[in-house]
Amino acid sequence: MPAIPNELFETPLSDGRLQLAVYSATGRLMDKRKDVVDASVLPDYQELRDQAAQLKRHTLDNLDYYLEQLEKNITARGGKVIFCRDGSEVVDFLVKLAREKNAQRIVKSKSMTTEEISLNEHLEEKKLEPVETDLGEYILQLAHHRPFHIVAPALHLTRYEVADIFSSNLGVEREVVPEEQTKIARKVLREKFLSADIGISGANFLIADSGAIVLVENEGNARLTTTAPKTHVAIAGIEKLIPRAQDLATFLKLLGRSATGQPLTVYTSFLSGARREGEIDGPDEFYLILLDNGRTRLLADQEKRQSLCCIRCGACLNHCPVYRKIGGHSYPWVYSGPIGAVITPQYKGLNQDPWLPFASSLCGACAEVCPVKIELPELLLALRRDVNKAQSGKLYTKIERFIFQAWAWLLNHPRLYDMAGSMSGVLATEDKGNGWMSRVPGLMNVGPLKAWMSQRDLPVPPERSFRRIWRNRARRTQD
Amino acid sequence: MANHVSLFVTCIIDQFFPEVGVAVADVLERAGYEVDFPERQTCCGQPAFNTGYHDETRKVAAHFLDVFSDAEYVVVPSGSCTSMVVHHYEELFANDPKRLEQTRRLIPRMWEFSKFLLEVAGVEDLGARYDGIVTFHDSCHGLRAMKIKEGPRRLLSHVRGLELREMDAAEECCGFGGTFSVKFPGISGGMARTKIESIKRTGAGAVVGVDSSCLMQIRGALSRAGLPIQALHLAQILASR
Repeated sequence: MPAIPNELFETPLSDGRLQLAVYSATGRLMDKRKDVVDASVLPDYQELRDQAAQLKRHTLDNLDYYLEQLEKNITARGGKVIFCRDGSEVVDFLVKLAREKNAQRIVKSKSMTTEEISLNEHLEEKKLEPVETDLGEYILQLAHHRPFHIVAPALHLTRYEVADIFSSNLGVEREVVPEEQTKIARKVLREKFLSADIGISGANFLIADSGAIVLVENEGNARLTTTAPKTHVAIAGIEKLIPRAQDLATFLKLLGRSATGQPLTVYTSFLSGARREGEIDGPDEFYLILLDNGRTRLLADQEKRQSLCCIRCGACLNHCPVYRKIGGHSYPWVYSGPIGAVITPQYKGLNQDPWLPFASSLCGACAEVCPVKIELPELLLALRRDVNKAQSGKLYTKIERFIFQAWAWLLNHPRLYDMAGSMSGVLATEDKGNGWMSRVPGLMNVGPLKAWMSQRDLPVPPERSFRRIWRNRARRTQD
Repeated sequence: MANHVSLFVTCIIDQFFPEVGVAVADVLERAGYEVDFPERQTCCGQPAFNTGYHDETRKVAAHFLDVFSDAEYVVVPSGSCTSMVVHHYEELFANDPKRLEQTRRLIPRMWEFSKFLLEVAGVEDLGARYDGIVTFHDSCHGLRAMKIKEGPRRLLSHVRGLELREMDAAEECCGFGGTFSVKFPGISGGMARTKIESIKRTGAGAVVGVDSSCLMQIRGALSRAGLPIQALHLAQILASR
């Protein structure tokens, strides 16, 4: 276990405005979800979770088969499938495509996979003009923030901050009414849609048996992104596969409900390639980029493979008391909350941010709401074990391991444990008058004790432990 | 032997809250059981396990198995410690057939305190009296790993003079989380403060739970905030007359 960068969390923890914004927004999402998964409206909710979990695990166990099937079906309809090992291969492909099409402006619908590879920044470096068209993502692009939340990327911003961002970036009057702000964005973005050469989307699901991609959204911007420009490129991780179109019945019932508390999102689009003869709309060309970027490494790990089941609903973030305290920007990567803490170390390596799997009280609220039943606390526990191994040469880990070795030895020697316990009385300092103390003697005020005392009081150690009391009690009973 | 239980009091109750252990023993005796306290017991090993040190955990877990392997029933006044044995020992000893066998024999005999009263002893009314308003904190491992939700409330419903007022965030973590509480003190403390706000809103004079570690966190935060609200283990309420 590594040293903890607690200073990282000081800013969000002491920002009252942010605390309120995050706690109330996630609280609303929790309440809405609870209403729509209630047994009175969705009696088979738990069965749906079981089905979804099994379908995802089955797909991952047979990913090679389904990937091939998907590729075959997409290619048969004239689409092109491109496998990319990492973000730089995606960028190379897109830059080449843009040159071929003499394209400059690229509209984008919301995609965490493109956030994962910092696609916008890379495209801008190549003098291309990517424009986010999801309202939240558009605000973030103007403000140069990264997503605060998987589903609600601008969850941390108030309408007053949005007003400032719009007026300073778009040269409009400061407008604080959300509906009016939406109109401003809509006006700017309509222009972009009509003049864009390429549209980039993500994909919520890739359907192997029909060679289609599915997009769920509420704003309609994904529909425009995928149909208005002449070229549509969808970018998705290889784990987004599901076997059959009929499986969507399971996943669509769960995704909207878990994410935003909607029985269904406003728009659900099934896209099976470019416009065909006789069709009146749709792009001329369709490309599907299938991204690895570390996913095959996770796939190879039997114990933690289930991490790839995630359908990015964000429910684990909303229900995580740690996420609700520190917010999405305290996490080192674009994926935050419990799922971020689980996949970041697996994608980026255990030594990059080794503290991350430890930043959880293991309360299990995440696993309880996960629509695909990812065992998040168990995965965090496994990662803690792995991190300790990876960090075994570090001084902090050596010391901590030594402490736990000594502790384990002591717990195997009950008499010594009893004696050690009886000495805890030396800690007793100021009694707060209620049997608790707010500080320990100066010399003791280090490490874990200091950390404890920084936040809360500690009980004054009792004169006698339970085992000592029991000895007298047992004796009394025998008399 | 049917009326004989072995008490695993947990290290935190042993060292910090012996009065809870006494209350547990009193209640079990009142329910008609002879209580045995195996003196060589120490800890279930969870602190090391949750911090990612599995070798060290195995040493402590092996000791636990040796102490309790012959017990008829092991009663534990903690959902979290019960869950540690019931849900994680098998994984820890996956490569040790002898210990694995010992674990599998022990698991069906491991009982969290409130579950034992309801499902083994078959009592709901312990004849307790507690005059006051209380609220109930659902400890995470008890709630989610051991499915303890209605049980303690049913036991409380028979306590004379007691009014249970649910808080809005009953199922929200108090922020303890073992070593998490000292590795991430700011986050843990923030979670505790959110919790006590919810407790405060009920107007209760005490918060009741089935895990003394959570109660230490909650009471510690209440005391730091200068709030005269008590934090009591369910056993303490059931033992009072």
